[in-house]
Amino acid sequence: MTTLEFSHVSRTYRVRGAGELRALDDVSFTLTSGKTLALVGQSGSGKSTIAKILLQLETPTSGTILLDDAPIPRRGRALRAYRQQVRMVFQDPYASLNPYHSIRHHLERPLRLHRVVPSGEIDGEVSRLLERVRLDPDMAGRHPHELSGGQRQRVAIARALASRPGLLIADEPVSMLDVSIRLGVLNLLADLQRESNLGVLYITHDLATARHFSDEIMVLNKGVVVEHGPADDVILRPQHEYTRRLRDASPNPDALFAAKDAPFKKKGRS
Amino acid sequence: MRFLLRRAAFYLFTAWAAITINFFLPRMMKGDPISAYLARNQGEVSPEAIESLRILFGLNTDRPLGQQYLDYWGVLLSGDLGRSLSKGLAPVTAIVADALPWTIGLVGVATIISFLLGTSVGTFVGWRRGSAAEFVVPAATFLATVPYFWLGLIMIALFSTTLGWFPASHAFDKTVHPEPTWEFVASVIHHGTLPALTIVVTSLGGWILGMRNMMITVLDEDYITVAQAKGLSPRRVMVGYAARNAVLPQLSSFALALGFIVGGTLIMEMIFSYPGVGLRLFEATLAKDYPLMQGIFLVITLSVLVANILADIAHAALDPRTRQEAT
Amino acid sequence: MTTVTAANATMEPTEPTPERRGFAEAFAMFRNGKSIVGLVILGVFAILALLGPWIAPYDPNAIGLEARNSPPDAAHWLGTTHLGQDILSQIIIGTRDVMFVGFGAGLLGTLLAVVVGVTSGYIRGAGSEILSALANVFLVIPGLPLIIIITSNFDDPNMLLIAIVLAITGWAWGARVLRSQTMSLRNRDFIQAARANGEPLWRIIAVEMLPNLMAVIASSFVGTVTAAILTQTTLAFVGITPITQWNWGTILFWAQSLNAFPDKWWWYLPAGLCIALVGMALALLNFGIDEYVNPRLRSAGKRARALRRRGFTQADATVVAPEAKR
Repeated sequence: MTTLEFSHVSRTYRVRGAGELRALDDVSFTLTSGKTLALVGQSGSGKSTIAKILLQLETPTSGTILLDDAPIPRRGRALRAYRQQVRMVFQDPYASLNPYHSIRHHLERPLRLHRVVPSGEIDGEVSRLLERVRLDPDMAGRHPHELSGGQRQRVAIARALASRPGLLIADEPVSMLDVSIRLGVLNLLADLQRESNLGVLYITHDLATARHFSDEIMVLNKGVVVEHGPADDVILRPQHEYTRRLRDASPNPDALFAAKDAPFKKKGRS
Repeated sequence: MRFLLRRAAFYLFTAWAAITINFFLPRMMKGDPISAYLARNQGEVSPEAIESLRILFGLNTDRPLGQQYLDYWGVLLSGDLGRSLSKGLAPVTAIVADALPWTIGLVGVATIISFLLGTSVGTFVGWRRGSAAEFVVPAATFLATVPYFWLGLIMIALFSTTLGWFPASHAFDKTVHPEPTWEFVASVIHHGTLPALTIVVTSLGGWILGMRNMMITVLDEDYITVAQAKGLSPRRVMVGYAARNAVLPQLSSFALALGFIVGGTLIMEMIFSYPGVGLRLFEATLAKDYPLMQGIFLVITLSVLVANILADIAHAALDPRTRQEAT
Repeated sequence: MTTVTAANATMEPTEPTPERRGFAEAFAMFRNGKSIVGLVILGVFAILALLGPWIAPYDPNAIGLEARNSPPDAAHWLGTTHLGQDILSQIIIGTRDVMFVGFGAGLLGTLLAVVVGVTSGYIRGAGSEILSALANVFLVIPGLPLIIIITSNFDDPNMLLIAIVLAITGWAWGARVLRSQTMSLRNRDFIQAARANGEPLWRIIAVEMLPNLMAVIASSFVGTVTAAILTQTTLAFVGITPITQWNWGTILFWAQSLNAFPDKWWWYLPAGLCIALVGMALALLNFGIDEYVNPRLRSAGKRARALRRRGFTQADATVVAPEAKR
């Protein structure tokens, strides 16, 4: 059982000529094994900043982050162990894989860096990983440009899982995929979470998938948490104005025609 | 504003670097022609001249290095670049001042012509992709690789020795007085044609190819399609939309290419005996006239810096993005 | 773009592509027509450079007073100089100098450019700015006068020295380009992913970034070699570098001093043409690389020609290229 506590974290950037930018303002949440927390917000709300801080690609200006009740390590072997535990699936399948290297390379690196399996078993592990994300193991020799967006994203998921982590950050994993395949990838993520009892931080701007996929939802607006609660509560009974607007902004075809004061009228009327 | 400040800081730093390199060069070189010369011609050199030569060329080793450096700056800032050993101890500044206008004239005219011509041809070739105009590309490539000095010689052989249309050396006819008369101007143009033509021909290729590539990249942009869809005439789109955006990187490469252009011009002067700083540098090198060599190096470097600044200003003026960054 | 639904996520089994494919990809840029022509020409000159002393029919310095100033004939394919020296031999022997200094300067200069450029592109802050300023200074200071002053200081500079001087004055351009490329590469997701993996810095630069920079590095190398060859032959021609070693520029030096122009075409044409030919080959190589990197250049002509066949002229319509669907 792994727990990550994000406590009162703020991140401010100094912008040349424009003063300060508060990307995050006193944000707190907890990630636990087996549970999915959805982080919902529009562009610029601070979602990516949280992901970068969790990956230690950035440091918070204030606040603490605890992994299993200990402050997260910042260097040395402990940092490497942290990197093995906390992994991320990047948003853009067209940018997150190095065009020059084969799929095998992408999956081998975390296996080697974190010594997940002995050298002799690496090939076998690569095949197993590809099978877990429902790809043909023969794909290992291919290069990213030979794969479709959905396939690339599965490879990205496989890469994240390669080190056998306890926590997974999924940064808008399906936003750049064709709508028709999004559900497939999300279901894959849900299955994998169950199998490995992962704690997942699901970052998205889409409330519908957030509800479908997670236990808790946290709504972020301009760096500030405006709502945080069980998924159904947040969707069906939003407390904050912003959450309500987010929910109302999702197109719901039935509601459009049915409601009395619906914005659209059926054909035949002016 | 910040943008201009950063550029200004950079240019100041480069100027300082060039001057410092100039300071160290004679001190690193072996042998000491200055002392030898001074020893031979003791009586003819004034004490002030001796002193400034010693400071400029590192002969005042009785002082610590830091002090030498400061003295060096002092001499430079007073406008003294030393005396030319091969030209009867004339002040270097005088020699350079005489020669510089010729070089600037030649470089300036030739570069402007080849930039305008090359950019126009490149625009046209890029606009008409896949048409017969494409044959310009291998031709331009060949031009860009021909060594300019060789072309210069061929030009002389052809136009001067054989056809006798143009003179092969000097800036103007010996019989004409250097006064602002039409006769003088005509003579200058007559003499300047071959060297300028050579520079134009050799640099044309580069401009054409560069502009063509930029045009092709720009033409794939959506705003070109919009402009055409709006019903604007092809010429208007080609010039006002495509070329205007494609020319910006050309301007920055122009500024950077200045160093090369200057190099090419120096060679031209050596071949055509054109009385610019290039010819003087050549003569100074053969005569091991270090004061003159280094004075010319410094002046050339500072001139290139100034030209870069001008190009930067032009680029900033033309590119609305830099202006916005600056606010 | 084929879409994969959750149901048929597994692909049809295909031929597994060989692992070394990635390595070959780096050199795919050399596979198009222009590059191949360029490489072939350079190959010929490289052979001349290596085997020169054994191939040349005569000693380039050998004086043959009976056959002075003669145009090409069976005995002397490219004719002779005023001293009866065989010009063909001079050109063949001279190839070695030119190729060595040119490629030597290219190698050293590119090495320097990669080290400074990639480092200053990857690191942030003051270090990056300082390295960048260093490159810019060397870029702005005009190279030729500096080279002239430095080489004139040595009485008999050997090829290695000249190559070094040329590398020092010529590395800055590549460094600048590499810096901006590295900076944009650094922000790409796959580099962030490598950092999140915990990859050590040297691996990120050498294994993840460098292969993606290959095209720029190759292009910069070719450019530096071209500039080095031109500068070196020019210096030899002007007489600043010593005329004891044979070099295409030296041939032209003698040709000019002894009034070969315009009559004795066999003396001055071949050397100049050789320089232009090598330059042309290098330019073709560069073109090939350019087209590989910028696919738009590759197909620009083809698309327009295809359009024309169907009755459109370029001026009428801009083809909107079907972008790869997301």
